[in-house]
Amino acid sequence: MSSIGTGYDLSVTTFSPDGRVFQIEYAAKAVDNSGTVVGIKCKDGVVLGVEKLIGSKMMLPGSNRRIHSVHRHSGMAVAGLAADGRQIVARAKSEATSYESTYGEPIPVKELASRVASYVHLCTLYWWLRPFGCGVILGGYDRDEPQLYMIEPSGISYRYFGTAIGKGRQAAKTEIEKLKLSEMSCRQGVIEVAKIIYGVHDEAKDKSFELEMSWVCDESNRQHQKVPEDLLEEAKSAAKAALEEMDAD
Amino acid sequence: MDPSAGDMNNYNYNGGVVLAADSRTSTGMYVANRASDKITQLTDNILFPHLQAADSQLISDYVRYFLHQHTIQLGQPATVKVAANLVRLLAYNNKNMLQTGLIVGGWDKYEGGKIYGIPLGGTVLEQPFAIGGSGSSYLYGFFDQAWKGGMSQEEAEKLVVKAVSLAIARDGASGGVIRTVTINSEGVTRKFYPGDEHPLWHEELEAHDSLLDKLSTTSPEPMVS
Repeated sequence: MSSIGTGYDLSVTTFSPDGRVFQIEYAAKAVDNSGTVVGIKCKDGVVLGVEKLIGSKMMLPGSNRRIHSVHRHSGMAVAGLAADGRQIVARAKSEATSYESTYGEPIPVKELASRVASYVHLCTLYWWLRPFGCGVILGGYDRDEPQLYMIEPSGISYRYFGTAIGKGRQAAKTEIEKLKLSEMSCRQGVIEVAKIIYGVHDEAKDKSFELEMSWVCDESNRQHQKVPEDLLEEAKSAAKAALEEMDAD
Repeated sequence: MDPSAGDMNNYNYNGGVVLAADSRTSTGMYVANRASDKITQLTDNILFPHLQAADSQLISDYVRYFLHQHTIQLGQPATVKVAANLVRLLAYNNKNMLQTGLIVGGWDKYEGGKIYGIPLGGTVLEQPFAIGGSGSSYLYGFFDQAWKGGMSQEEAEKLVVKAVSLAIARDGASGGVIRTVTINSEGVTRKFYPGDEHPLWHEELEAHDSLLDKLSTTSPEPMVS
């Protein structure tokens, strides 16, 4: 799929003869090379999970968070360049608070996704800006229902039942498709996401990783928060057990 | 002289909202308009009774514009809370220049019927019922004892009509006909109660046709023969 865009890839304001903007595609490669991020929408909420590859043994566990709360009811998991991701999260937070100041109610997730997508897209329109090198999975639970959106570096935003970005996205998506999401509760979803992330992690190529998970569901009172410690531990051990089972086969 | 207030009231019943207002706009002693419609529509599901003063008309124009854009952006009808918040932002941020008390009432699919009162300073207050206008002074005690939650639509409509008629009886700046608007999940219904169809109180005279009608038969008589 990847081709050299010699000459047509120097600026984000240049199209290639076959109608592609190479700079945006290169930005997407930055996302593809990062740790896997998974998001699923269960019947009572949304679960986000990140395979956070650890740079060095000296790093404190829990630092370099990849999942951020954007508002009480929604959160974002970032894949790709972390600094770019921080900028997108800041913008999303600002959009959410400004909407609430003007309209007096929490921003509907659909509107938030649309605004974030517009912002990401904005940076693909000018030669003096570069596209964001990160993709974002946005999960939220507003007055309608839980919703999951993914925003790519091109500015495209789609709504999903389940999706993944990063290194192990192909394998992760295959696993997600096997799940019966409409019948699953978030508690079960947390365990499934943990299994998927442990499953797609490549022990040979990558160093160790930390599993970071969050949810917004009925059980969390529709607030976006880190998955509670005990459930996280339960999920981790279930995932490790599933791995051993697979190895044993 | 500024047009003075008439009377308006809103009532939240089980399933929607009823708004009622009189129809008199007066400038001093002169009745500038005896058949005005004081209830303006902000959107398909949200209405705004106001006092025909420039301040409230201006606010209603701005809010209608913002709400329209918001509805298009959202892809679904706006909620009453959003309309109330937009009104409140204008009222609060321009409190030095504006002098108007406002009520926003409507129905949306999330909260059902809702009424928000926005008095002079720009506070927002969600209320089960709200009254405003010069004639409303005479209705505070009435509503305190007559209001109860869980009324049906017919009961609520009768109550607001009774209330406006009481205000008309006592307040010189209130009069004319009574217009009501009911908003619920099915939409907006407007009703009209002319002078001879509302209750009369304690020695109020019955309405009768204008003497002018009795004088002219087909064409008006020339004043100078």
